[in-house]
Amino acid sequence: MKSVNEGTQPLKTNYLSTMTQKLGPLLGLLLLFVIVSILNPNFLEPLNLLNLLRQVSINALIAFGMTFVILTGGIDLSVGAILALSSALTAGMIVSGMDPMIAIIIGCLLGGMMGMVNGLLITKGKMAPFIATLATMTIFRGLTLVYTGGNPITGLGENVLFQLFGKGYFLGIPVPAITMMVTFAVLYIILHKTPFGRKAYAIGGNEKASLISGIKVPRVKVMIYGLSGLLAALAGAILTSRLNSAQPTAGTSYELDAIAAVVLGGTSLTGGKGRIFGTLIGALIIGTLNNGLNMLGVSSFYQMVVKGVVIIIAVLLDRKKTA
Amino acid sequence: MKISMENIYKAFGTNQVLTGVDFELVAGEVHALMGENGAGKSTLMNVLTGLHSLDKGSIIIDGKETYFASPKEAERAGITFIHQELNIWPEMTVLDNLFIGKELKSAFGLLKTKEMKTLAKEQFDKLAVSIPLDKEAGACSVGEQQMIEIAKALMTDAKIIIMDEPTAALTEREIEKLFQVIASLKKDGVSIVYISHRMEEIFAICDRITVMRDGKTVDTKAIPETSFDEVVKKMVGRELTDRFPQRDSKIGETVLEVKGISKAGVFQDVSFSVRSGEIVGFSGLMGAGRTEIMRAIFGLDKLDIGEIWLNGERAVIKKPEQAVRLGIGFITEDRKDEGLILDFSIKENMVLPTLYSFAPKGIINEKSELDFVNMLIKRLTVKTQSAETRVGNLSGGNQQKVVIAKWVGIGPKVLILDEPTRGVDVGAKREIYQLMNELTSRGVAIIMVSSELPEVLGMSDRILVVHEGKISGELARAEATQEKIMTLATGGLEHEISE
Repeated sequence: MKSVNEGTQPLKTNYLSTMTQKLGPLLGLLLLFVIVSILNPNFLEPLNLLNLLRQVSINALIAFGMTFVILTGGIDLSVGAILALSSALTAGMIVSGMDPMIAIIIGCLLGGMMGMVNGLLITKGKMAPFIATLATMTIFRGLTLVYTGGNPITGLGENVLFQLFGKGYFLGIPVPAITMMVTFAVLYIILHKTPFGRKAYAIGGNEKASLISGIKVPRVKVMIYGLSGLLAALAGAILTSRLNSAQPTAGTSYELDAIAAVVLGGTSLTGGKGRIFGTLIGALIIGTLNNGLNMLGVSSFYQMVVKGVVIIIAVLLDRKKTA
Repeated sequence: MKISMENIYKAFGTNQVLTGVDFELVAGEVHALMGENGAGKSTLMNVLTGLHSLDKGSIIIDGKETYFASPKEAERAGITFIHQELNIWPEMTVLDNLFIGKELKSAFGLLKTKEMKTLAKEQFDKLAVSIPLDKEAGACSVGEQQMIEIAKALMTDAKIIIMDEPTAALTEREIEKLFQVIASLKKDGVSIVYISHRMEEIFAICDRITVMRDGKTVDTKAIPETSFDEVVKKMVGRELTDRFPQRDSKIGETVLEVKGISKAGVFQDVSFSVRSGEIVGFSGLMGAGRTEIMRAIFGLDKLDIGEIWLNGERAVIKKPEQAVRLGIGFITEDRKDEGLILDFSIKENMVLPTLYSFAPKGIINEKSELDFVNMLIKRLTVKTQSAETRVGNLSGGNQQKVVIAKWVGIGPKVLILDEPTRGVDVGAKREIYQLMNELTSRGVAIIMVSSELPEVLGMSDRILVVHEGKISGELARAEATQEKIMTLATGGLEHEISE
C-alpha cells in the first residue's frame, strides 16, 4: 500500500511535503517561542536566550551523534553512561595533575572508544543495537560507580581554559553554545557533503544494497557509534567544567532526551531519512520547553508530562504528513 | 461471474495512469493481461478490487454496476488479488496463514483447530497439494506459498483470482503444478486474470489476451488468433524483429577463473572461467545453487575451499568491497532488496560504489558527480526527467538500468548479472540485452544467471548448467537447445542428449 502511494504522488504535493518536512520542526519551535513569550515576555530577554543556548548544548551534542546512529537504523542507549564514565575518567586525570585540556581530549577519545565497543558488538557480534547498548550502558554505569566509589570527584583546580569550557563566555556568547555550533557545522558538512555521510544514509536506506555496492558497512557503523561516544564525552566535559566536578550519576536518562530531540527533528527511527538540522531544532524545542516552563513557574513534575505530550503530538503530526 | 470494465480513467495527481481502458472477463476463462511496465495493468486491477477509486468509467459485475470500497469488500464478493509479493506471515504455520483474519472460533472465542484442519485438508486435496499444515510458512518454497494463497482465496469462495507475475520465482516443476491448478479451477468456473511478461506461458494456458499500452487497451484477442510477434508489436507499438539483438562476440583472454570452489551443502567443486568479451550463461533450476555460487565469488558468503583468479592472479575476495575494488560488479536478482536504495535518487544510487572518486579532498564534488551520472543516464537510456528522481518511483525496467549503470560506472572487468530481466518489460529487456552486447564489445566478461531459457539461449556464448550445486554440463552456443539444458538441469546424463 505504501509503495502505491509513494509511487504515484504528484510532484507538487511531493514538493510541499518535503517542504513541510524540512520546515515542520522549525515552525513548531517558532510557535513555541511565540506562546512562551506571550505568557512571559522575559523569555525573549537576550540574556535568557543565551542561557537557553547554553542549557541546550549538552543535549544537542549528544543528539547530533544520535542522529547519525538513528540514520543507520540503530539506537544508542549508552550515551548517558559514556558521558558519566568519561567525565569521571577526565576528572580523575585532572586531579592527578594532568593538564585539564589534555585530559578533556583524552576523555573524548576514551568516549569514542567506548562507542566503538558498541559498534563492534553490533557489527562483529551481530547484536541488535538496542540490546548491545543497553548492556554497555549498564556496564559503563557500573564502571563509573566502581571508579568513583559512588562519590563525586572534586578539586579540579582553577585552570582558566577549563573553567571557560563550561561556564565562560566568548564575545558575549556562552562557550558551550559556541562548541555546539562549531560541532554542528562540522557534522553538517560531514553528513551532507562527504562520502561518509552519504554512506550513513545508504546503510539506513538499505543495508544489503549498501554492502553489495562495496560500502564497508561494519567499519562505517563502528565509526558512527564511535562518533556518538565521542560527542557524549564532549558533552560530559562541558558538564564537568560547569559543575566543577564529575558526578557518578551524571547523564542519567540523557539518552532519552537525545532520542527525543532526534525524533522531534523529523528523523525516522527506521533509518535512512532525517537531517541534523532537524535535530538541532529538536534540541532547541526541548530546551525551550524546559526553560519556558521554568520561567512560567510550572513544577518539574508537570514539565515531564508536557515534554512527553509534545513528543507524541510531534510524531502524530509527522505521521499525518507522510500518510 | 462476469465483469466488464468500460472506459476506465484513473489519475494520481497530474499523472494520468489509465485513459479509457476496456476490459472484460467471463466465467471460467484464463485471461492474460499484458503490457510493458507502467502500462497500467496493476492499477487497473487495483481499481477493480477497490484499492483505488476510479475517476471515470464503469465497472459492471454480473449486469450490475459495482464499485468496491476496499480489497476486503472485493474479496467478500469473490474477487481475490494475489500480488507478486505474497501475503505470507512467515513465522506462522501454513494453517494459521490459511485462516488468518477468518479463524473459526467456538462460542467461548477459542480456535476450532480441528475443524480448520479438516477444511484446509479438503482444500489442499482438491488442489492436489501436500504441504504439512503445521509447517512454518516461511520454510515453504515460493511455489508452496503461492498454493497457500490460492487455497486461501478458494476457501473464501473466490470466483475470480487475479495473479500478478505468479511464476516469477517458481521452479519449472512448480510452474507445471500451478498450471494444473489453473486448469482445474477453470473447470470449476473460476476465472483467472493472469498478469505476466512470459509469453510462452501465456500462450500455453490462456484463453484470451488483453494488451495494454500507456494506460489504454490496445486490443483483446483469443489466443489461437494471435501470435508472439503480434502481441509484442502491440505492446511496444513498434516492430521488434528479434527478441534478442545480434551478438558479434570478440572473445579474448581469460579474465575470471574459478577453481574448485565449494561450500558445504550449497555447491561443490565448481570450476569455470570467463573470457573478456564473453557472456557465459548459468542455467539450472531454482535452488540449484547458481545465485549462491555468485554470492560466494563476490565475497558475500564464505567459501570452504577453492580459488578465484583474476587476470592470471590469485584474488582474495572475502568481502564485497574487495570484489568491487578488483572490478567485479554484481547485479543481484532482487533489485529492491539488494540492488537499490529506493529512497535515494538515481544519482545517489548510481555513484554508491564510486563515491570516493568524487571526493578527492573529502568533500563530494556535486558537479562532477552529476556530470558522471547524466552520462550514465544517457548511455543506458534511463527514462527520467532528472538525476534527482527518487529511484522508488521508476518502473521496473528503469530501476534495473540504474542498478546496471551503478556497475558500469566502476569500469568493470567482470559483471555478474543474476536474472537481469526479471520483472522487466519487453522493450526494456531488449535494451538491457543490447547493453550487455555493448559491454562485451568493450571487453567486459559477463556471467549471466537466468531462469529464462530463451534468454540463456539467445544471449550466451557458452552455457553452464548447474544441478544440485554442481556444474552438470557445458554447452557451446551452437549446440545448445532447451531440451539439452533441461536434461542437464534435472540431472539427466550427458550421453543421453549427445545423440
